[in-house]
Amino acid sequence: MTTTTSLILRTGARVLMPLLLLFGVFLLLRGHNAPGGGFAGGLVVAAAYILHFFAFGLDAARRALLTRPERLIGSGLLLAVGSGILPALFGRPFLTSLWFDPARGIGTPMLFDLGVFLVVIGVVLIMTFTLAEE
Amino acid sequence: MPSDAVFAALVIVSAALLISFVRLVRGPTLPDRVVAVDLIGTTSVALIVLGASASGERVFLDAAIVIALVAFLGTIAYAGFARKENRE
Repeated sequence: MTTTTSLILRTGARVLMPLLLLFGVFLLLRGHNAPGGGFAGGLVVAAAYILHFFAFGLDAARRALLTRPERLIGSGLLLAVGSGILPALFGRPFLTSLWFDPARGIGTPMLFDLGVFLVVIGVVLIMTFTLAEE
Repeated sequence: MPSDAVFAALVIVSAALLISFVRLVRGPTLPDRVVAVDLIGTTSVALIVLGASASGERVFLDAAIVIALVAFLGTIAYAGFARKENRE
């Protein structure tokens, strides 16, 4: 998009981006028994990268993501399906919750949420980056 | 039951929200509408915080944090768009 952006925006983005990333992960981890979860957390993390794109441009945002959004979608779907197949390997029905530590919410639902989280980040960023390229 | 102060603040903030919505609908130019949307975002943060205070539900505050962190993105996007239009 724009090659030169304002100093205020760049400084603000530098401060806000870690906050948004942290809050997105917080929403993901807390989503087990409170509002939040993979979808909301993924949207917040995607918003962090969109902010980075506004401030520093498309290439910088792609570099900050470290991987391609397509790979995020793929690995997210793999994680979500894997969390469903895992209990089937133990002779339980597909997508049965297996708990490692139920009190803290650590188990296959966490894996599923992580998959949703990655898919949402990937989908939103693909849409944004594609729109930005035009 | 919310206290009188919270109740009064809820009424006032709701009125502010309505008035900015009028600006959003009527606003003669696009920038007017963008500023109105930004204002609605900020006012919703105040409304959610008041709602959290009135109901005692702390989880509402997270929604307020998300809106406060994200609401300005639309305005920035429009600003970049307007700048690009001007340059061409």
